Amino acid sequence: MNLFQKFIRSSQFWSFVAKEFYHILRDKRTILILLGMPIVEIILFGFAISTEVNNSRLAILDPSNDVATQHIIREMEASKYFTVVKVLRSTADVEPTFQRGEADIVLIFSNEFIDKLYHKGGAQIQIITDATNPNVAVTLNNYASSIIFNYQRELARLQKVPYQIKPEIKLLYNPAMKSSFNFVPGVMGMILMLICAMMTSISIVREKETGTMEVLLVSPMKPLSIILAKAVPYLVLSVVNLLTIMWLSVFVLHVPVAGSIFSLTLVSVIFIIVSLCIGLLISTISETQVAAMLISGMALMMPVMLLSGMMFPVENMPMPLQFLSHIIPAKWYIMAVKKIMIEGLELKYALQEIIILCFMAVVLITISLKKFKIRLD
Amino acid sequence: MLRFLLEKEFKQILRDSFLPRIIFMFPIMMMLLLPNAANMEVKDINVCVVDNDHSPTSERLIQKVGASPYFHITSIAASYPLGIHSIENSVSDVILEIPLHFEKDLEKELCSKVFIAANAVNGTKGGLGSSYLSAVVADFSKELSVKKIQLVNKNPSPTIVTNSEFAFNSSLDFKRFMVPAIMVQLITILCGFLPALNIVSEKEKGTIEQLNVTPINKFVFILAKLIPYWTVGFIVISVCFALGRFVYGIYPEGSLLTLYFFTAVYILAISGFGLLISNSSSTMQQAMFVMFFLLVILILMSGLFTPVSSMPEWAQYITIFNPLKYFIEVMRMVYLKGSTIVDLTKQLYALFGFMVVLNGFAVLSYHKNS
Repeated sequence: MNLFQKFIRSSQFWSFVAKEFYHILRDKRTILILLGMPIVEIILFGFAISTEVNNSRLAILDPSNDVATQHIIREMEASKYFTVVKVLRSTADVEPTFQRGEADIVLIFSNEFIDKLYHKGGAQIQIITDATNPNVAVTLNNYASSIIFNYQRELARLQKVPYQIKPEIKLLYNPAMKSSFNFVPGVMGMILMLICAMMTSISIVREKETGTMEVLLVSPMKPLSIILAKAVPYLVLSVVNLLTIMWLSVFVLHVPVAGSIFSLTLVSVIFIIVSLCIGLLISTISETQVAAMLISGMALMMPVMLLSGMMFPVENMPMPLQFLSHIIPAKWYIMAVKKIMIEGLELKYALQEIIILCFMAVVLITISLKKFKIRLD
Repeated sequence: MLRFLLEKEFKQILRDSFLPRIIFMFPIMMMLLLPNAANMEVKDINVCVVDNDHSPTSERLIQKVGASPYFHITSIAASYPLGIHSIENSVSDVILEIPLHFEKDLEKELCSKVFIAANAVNGTKGGLGSSYLSAVVADFSKELSVKKIQLVNKNPSPTIVTNSEFAFNSSLDFKRFMVPAIMVQLITILCGFLPALNIVSEKEKGTIEQLNVTPINKFVFILAKLIPYWTVGFIVISVCFALGRFVYGIYPEGSLLTLYFFTAVYILAISGFGLLISNSSSTMQQAMFVMFFLLVILILMSGLFTPVSSMPEWAQYITIFNPLKYFIEVMRMVYLKGSTIVDLTKQLYALFGFMVVLNGFAVLSYHKNS
């Protein structure tokens, strides 16, 4: 500890930190991207990306063209979910319409619709949805059937429908069903991982590749403090990004920080340390910048995006993948942030996640210190 | 001239200890991993039941919920606050509370209530979970009603029979939707990133100076950088087609030739984009971050995960300039719907446009003198 304090206070250490800052700040384009990435991602996720289905394109095949079918079509058009884009002439038109991508859903009314409806015991409507995207298809199918069902109930209004159970639905924590509640923690995890792990590893490997590492290693600085000095600027950058994301999510997306800021900061700092260790580890095993990038891109970014539960629910995945997701630090961080920031729970509810992250940090520090070579080959 | 340059590029790729392995391993790994991970089906919703009524009817409703393939009853709580507790501990996702006098109200007033509270931190899951649960409840009340109607009423009422058909993907398999688009993502990452790092790495190493003093013209230079990645892209897409066929049993309804044709155009477009970035960057780190930043935006706005039609209008205008969007449309349409090249003229013109413009800029942005 004494030694640690000594080199933190030493001016050597800070001049190394200053050197790293110059490296980063001189590359205007990279710094712009590093600071702009969270902003763009929050805006994209918050405003552009949505799974809400509306204004889907409806094509109609209506051979009877009577009062009842007209009524149903009007109801469809009046709802915000459908826009009638095409009137088909025969069933042979259905497939080409889908193949050209001109409609998402086709309604086919039976002939003599109104006659069948009142006198022959039942009329038919065929709902064909383009099930290329299954979730959208199911949703559209449900919307269309419920509009038809409502019309039918209107006709049967006179007959009292017995037994009615009214479900009262309450959506906890996120009543407006905003997806931002799900992705804000995800973006936080991804950006911190990107900056701490990817940038640190690349900047260390670049020194190796360009040969300047040798110069650093023969300096009177301890090798460990060289690495620490490399980590400090990225630590600062990630804190800036963390604050940006939190500011944007509170004031632009109106996602409140429901829990305590202290707990959130604590968890984030632990996660930042884990990510820095991963970056250090990658830098010790890769020799070129391309390798470091590809390793951090493939071993870090992809799994973080896919397996952390940021975009896709982990519980849907097959068992081996679920198991794999347990060793991804970002998953535990995102879970902890969801609990503390969105659900506003106390720190003790996120204890499991914190313990796991601490354990990961200890293991990673041990491995990377062991692997860290003082001498060049 | 071109022949020697190509020889140099291919040798550089093949001699690298890392690149050839990445080119084969990356698509295989991702094709095995991604379709299983990128699954947005909502199932296995954990329900906590709070039954305050303890009547035969409430028991039957609970049984019905438990029998549905979407739900697992994971806990039975004595009160609503205890139910909330089970949500906080992640034991359950939804609470179904049946009020006191549920059966009595139903018999006397023909009307009763149930309370559904869903954890909506994951909006899709909370929303779909609660709507599935209310559909089960509605089904249950319909079942009860049908029995009653048969006793009371004998006149047929006007009915409309709806008949639902899910075209092109009748089993509603999410993998059939994702696999073709994931191929696009793989091609984009490999054929976008590798060229983006290529020219700038020659700059960092200093070998670009040696090329600059040769009589090679700009056009040949860019062409020699493009063709190797074109080959890489063809290998990758063929590996993808094979994996799709043999691992997931997914094969194109349309013609494979159409797919290869579009792939050829698309790779040229995206590699040109990579070279353009490489030309305008001074370090590999810079090229890498610029490419990463742009690719994240392009992928998120391509309709890969969420439909383009769900985006707000301003965002839909931006997607006009996204080559990924067109190629994903092509892949999905040919794979699932069997569309032919005649149906895809819009996409063809768009991709051709990107190819010409991006490569044009790549040629223009290469300067022999700094």
